[in-house]
Amino acid sequence: MPDFVLLWTDVLVYLLVGGIAAYVVYVRCHRHLSDRWQQVLRSRLGMAGAVVLCAYGAIGLLDSVHYLPSPSADTAVPAGVLSAFDALVGPLRTRVEKTYSAPLATHAYSRELVDTPDGLSYDYPRLVWGGVRLQDPQSERLPDLLRTMGLAIAQAALCWLALCVIVIGWQAARAGQAFRARLAAVLARETELPWDVALLTSGALLLLLFLCLHLSSGYHVLGTDKVGQDVLYQSLKSVRTGLVIGTLTTLFMLPFAIFLGVAAGYFRGWMDDAVQYLYATLASIPSVLLVAAAVPLAQVYMQANAESFSSLEQRADLRLLLLCLILGVTSWTTLCRLLRGETLKLREAEFVLAAQALGVGHVVILARHVLPNVMHIVLIALVLDFSGLVLAEAVLSYVNVGVDPTMHSWGNMINSARLELAREPIVWWSLAAAFLFMLGLVLAANLFADAVRDAFDPRLRRR
Amino acid sequence: MSDWDDTTRWQKRRESGPLLEVSGLDVRFGQEPVLRGVDFTVYPSETLALIGESGCGKTISALSILRLLPPAADVFSGSIRLEGEELLDLPERDMRKIRGRRIAMIFQEPQTSLNPVLTVGGQIAEVLRLHRGLTGGRELNERVAALLDDVGLPDPHRCAGEYPHQLSGGMKQRVMIAMALAGDPDLLLADEPTTALDVTIQAQILDLIENLQERFGMAVLFITHDLGVAARIADRIAVMREGRILETALRKAFFDSPTHPYSHRLFAALPQRLKRRVRAQRTGDLLLRVKDLRVHFPIRKGLLRRTVGHVRAVDGVSLELREGCTLAVVGESGSGKTTLGRGILQIVRPTAGTVSFAGVELTFTHGRPLRRIRSDLQTIFQDPYASMNPRMTVDNIVEEGMIAQKIGKDRAWRQARVAELLEQVGIDPDHRFRYPHEFSGGQRQRICVARALAVDPRLIVCDEPTSSLDVSVQSQILRLLADLQESLGIAYLFITHNLGVVEYLADEVAVMYQGGIVEAGPVEQVFRDPRHPYTQRLLSAVPVVPVPNAIAEP
Repeated sequence: MPDFVLLWTDVLVYLLVGGIAAYVVYVRCHRHLSDRWQQVLRSRLGMAGAVVLCAYGAIGLLDSVHYLPSPSADTAVPAGVLSAFDALVGPLRTRVEKTYSAPLATHAYSRELVDTPDGLSYDYPRLVWGGVRLQDPQSERLPDLLRTMGLAIAQAALCWLALCVIVIGWQAARAGQAFRARLAAVLARETELPWDVALLTSGALLLLLFLCLHLSSGYHVLGTDKVGQDVLYQSLKSVRTGLVIGTLTTLFMLPFAIFLGVAAGYFRGWMDDAVQYLYATLASIPSVLLVAAAVPLAQVYMQANAESFSSLEQRADLRLLLLCLILGVTSWTTLCRLLRGETLKLREAEFVLAAQALGVGHVVILARHVLPNVMHIVLIALVLDFSGLVLAEAVLSYVNVGVDPTMHSWGNMINSARLELAREPIVWWSLAAAFLFMLGLVLAANLFADAVRDAFDPRLRRR
Repeated sequence: MSDWDDTTRWQKRRESGPLLEVSGLDVRFGQEPVLRGVDFTVYPSETLALIGESGCGKTISALSILRLLPPAADVFSGSIRLEGEELLDLPERDMRKIRGRRIAMIFQEPQTSLNPVLTVGGQIAEVLRLHRGLTGGRELNERVAALLDDVGLPDPHRCAGEYPHQLSGGMKQRVMIAMALAGDPDLLLADEPTTALDVTIQAQILDLIENLQERFGMAVLFITHDLGVAARIADRIAVMREGRILETALRKAFFDSPTHPYSHRLFAALPQRLKRRVRAQRTGDLLLRVKDLRVHFPIRKGLLRRTVGHVRAVDGVSLELREGCTLAVVGESGSGKTTLGRGILQIVRPTAGTVSFAGVELTFTHGRPLRRIRSDLQTIFQDPYASMNPRMTVDNIVEEGMIAQKIGKDRAWRQARVAELLEQVGIDPDHRFRYPHEFSGGQRQRICVARALAVDPRLIVCDEPTSSLDVSVQSQILRLLADLQESLGIAYLFITHNLGVVEYLADEVAVMYQGGIVEAGPVEQVFRDPRHPYTQRLLSAVPVVPVPNAIAEP
């Protein structure tokens, strides 16, 4: 039984998951909300986005279960705090090369002095792990790659068929339909939700999963970086960082935005003036400047109190949390302004006046009449902000004020790849990997956000 | 104009052949039919009034003539011919030459039909450039001014340089008509052009349309829900319901003896047709006394938001209301009648004056005591769509006041009371777990009445509770209110612009004009013998419906 470690962000991530679960239960009890969400999922692009987001979310969640490995474990790599995800993809983390190697390579990327039976020569050395199965890489590599890929595709197809049977069978059982009829309905796109899209998207994800699984047993799928670490592993570890920044930041900004925005709009008077001056001031300071000022401050504090952090991971984690906090504090103004405007409109609405005329108190009016009617704005802002924040992390890490340099993140990958771009021959895979993974997440989030906005924005709803 | 005149004129027009022929028009929103085989004909230089309640397909008919239907709607079958030319088959390019040039349209809301960032002259000039080939210079300006002069705007040259927000609602509608005239059309489609306007302005606009029609000899398809307006302006009347034309007749014939049962129902539902209630005693105790009430809204300007002036929405109003009686406050939009109602309810705090309700001075009452007293003082709003929280079920909406006023010992008691109240206002209590959007406008207004009744009020301020409803629904709500007054002895302060409603429901009436009351007294007296010139003007501007003798009391 390993020792579980609870990092600060882990706690918040669990809370977030709990919150989402509670929200799902709440939605199921409220017709007007569940109708809207049905509409989100009815959009084909929205459904595809949701499936991809789920895949990212699964990686992020697995990576949020941290533990301290027992000291007896192999010590090839100095083991700090590990996560369930590390345990799953163990070899990816431990199979380290000396330095750069290209994707799926068998030999190193630069010449070194190699000790061969014929004496010392200046050549590309064999990699420790890349193509380890092969006797003669020159002739065997391509057939081996093809064979592995074929195997992967076959397994993925089998797995996908099984998934299809399970999903369609479950639906058929629920709807009391024959399996064949349900299958025909899914194929003809006659189901209420676009299950064909969901299945196709998960098929594509399964294919990627199996390709990576099989290929990475003998090769570095996306190459290795300067210190020989697998780039695929880095990219996957960065998923959690991106998700945490995208979700926790909005969590920090919500209380400010909702409380101040709604209060300003409803009570008017000095409260309104104060909130307006506050956000006008905050919005006029470039947020990058605030972040750039706050991060070194935090760093100094952590160095001064080094003894209170038991591991590097804890320090990096705290810095991630601080970054979320700072981004949250600087980014609540837009949502706050939107909410204030909407509340200004609502407080003149006749149902609010009617409640006042019935003698209902302010707090109850805010909770029952105002808040539920601005929630769609909050939701739309949340999903739209998410991708912006993931990208913001990359930019901030690139200029060295983002997450801790020891933490895996797409921003850090891009930052370190910056120098490698000047090499000859060029080292492109770190940058490309970070780019692809980020693109996948942001694109899925944006598609999903569009579907959410279409469903929840009352102005778009009317024909 | 005699009956014979009417008929011969129509015969003559008929000989010259139809201008517009709509036949078998079938329009659907997806699968849902909106028009089910609409047939009508417009002859040159006549006015055909299309009458119907909201949602019957009047506007869709007009839009499909111009081929400006919303993207969700499809013309399924039918034909629309303008002087024999099939409009539905025309390519879009040729259709653009017809819109504005041969068929022009004016809309209900002049506010949103004019572009706020262009001068009105510029917008009229655009039509002239497009359809009359005029280019720049003096001639164009003269033509714009001439058009504005035609529609009766004073000082047309100055007017042409103004922006829409500088004009009043009536003036904007005149500009819209000038724009429609700019193309010198053969047919004018008027979609409820006076519904958003006050009665006195409405009368002016109707006069204007009539005059222009005679001068320019164009035909008018006039869409309205108001029988009075139709009686005033139409040569022929077509009654529409659920996407079908039920009957078409000459005006005289229609108002003498309508043939279709639905037309009978329309007449029967007119508030003026409801029998005036005769009530024995009108001498309850004094419930509400308002003295010299003023509500001023500060106008703030500049960096420090200094008050530079006041809008005097209500300026020195005094009135009295007895227990179980109805006082109607009549006035046009902007006269301050809604603010008066809110000032009495203390939703808007009065600037000066006193409101004494059942012996309690409300303007001095704050916080908890005020909240307690609110159970005696309730309100019903104009728009039943906006006056209920769309996120709450009906039982929660009706129950809310009881919770706030701590009426009823537990939830079970309150739920039973909610069911009882809904029954009382004519809503099936089994529907109480539904959301407001699942009910029609009339049903929603009934629920609003139930919500007000839930706290056992002694006075209900009704702010135009029927003006957004169709005539037939309106009469049901009025009857409900009258019955409730009869059985519960509630007093109403009834704010309205509809004089027919006043006649039916009110004991006394106060006429409001520019923030003050110009005339007050018992309804019969004020209506029979109006003293103030404004009251006289208001009464004469109301379009009168000549009710056929054959219509029975509902």
